[in-house]
Amino acid sequence: MSGRAVVRTFGEVLITAGALLLLFVAYQVWWTNVVANRAVAAQTNRLLNQFEHPPPGLGPGPSPVEPGQAFALMYNTALGDHWNRPVVQGVTLADLARGIGHYPQTAMPGQVGNFAVAGHRATNGEPFAYLDRVGRGDDVIVRTDLSWFVYRVTDVSIVAPTDVDVIDPVPGRPGAVPNEQLITLTTCSPRWASYARLIVHGVLVATSPESAPPAAVGGG
Amino acid sequence: MTVYASLWRHLPGPWPVKVICCVVLAMGLVALLFLVVFPWLDPRLPFNHVTVSAALVAT
Repeated sequence: MSGRAVVRTFGEVLITAGALLLLFVAYQVWWTNVVANRAVAAQTNRLLNQFEHPPPGLGPGPSPVEPGQAFALMYNTALGDHWNRPVVQGVTLADLARGIGHYPQTAMPGQVGNFAVAGHRATNGEPFAYLDRVGRGDDVIVRTDLSWFVYRVTDVSIVAPTDVDVIDPVPGRPGAVPNEQLITLTTCSPRWASYARLIVHGVLVATSPESAPPAAVGGG
Repeated sequence: MTVYASLWRHLPGPWPVKVICCVVLAMGLVALLFLVVFPWLDPRLPFNHVTVSAALVAT
């Protein structure tokens, strides 16, 4: 092979590698959002329909939830007047690509303990893209088939990815017996990397039936 | 002879047909990447981990 052919082949390899990298960026920042937003819209419609027209014979208390099933809607006025996203049972990447994921070992909405969820900060629908705008005193509202739960943010912090005690029933105190109804939101920090976690804690301040939404989301 | 030059030479027909063939091939390649290769690669890269877990992997 002549020297010129070597240089040309090397150039082609570089151009191909560059094109592949650009395509992967397009996949990440555009295509994963297209796919996730489609799934989010379908689940949101199904949940709204289910909440507004509950099937007859629905007993009191939360219904059992299957892994991967969307079972709640989260509203957050700090993220936008009309911001809402479905909450899916589980935190596998497949679950997180369809909404906010609920850590299955933690409490359900409104229960004593810690209702802990995770969401993407970038790509895959990026529900928590702007979670850093949520501050102390803001409300995180969770809607289930029977109730609205209003949690007020008490604490925002950035921790190591291995700090699992933030989702304990009493955050930071493993094994302690809870007596409060808490919420914890986790996402990656900084937004386009993964070497830390942004954590938002809140405490339940109000509960109302499905028929009486809180004022922040258009109720009386 | 380089890869792209030999591809161009082996495509049949006059140049407009070659261009159409190239576009179809490129679209097929992009579809393969977006639907198979990138979804497989994505969880293996350390960009999208949002959960807290004891092991340093997304759970």
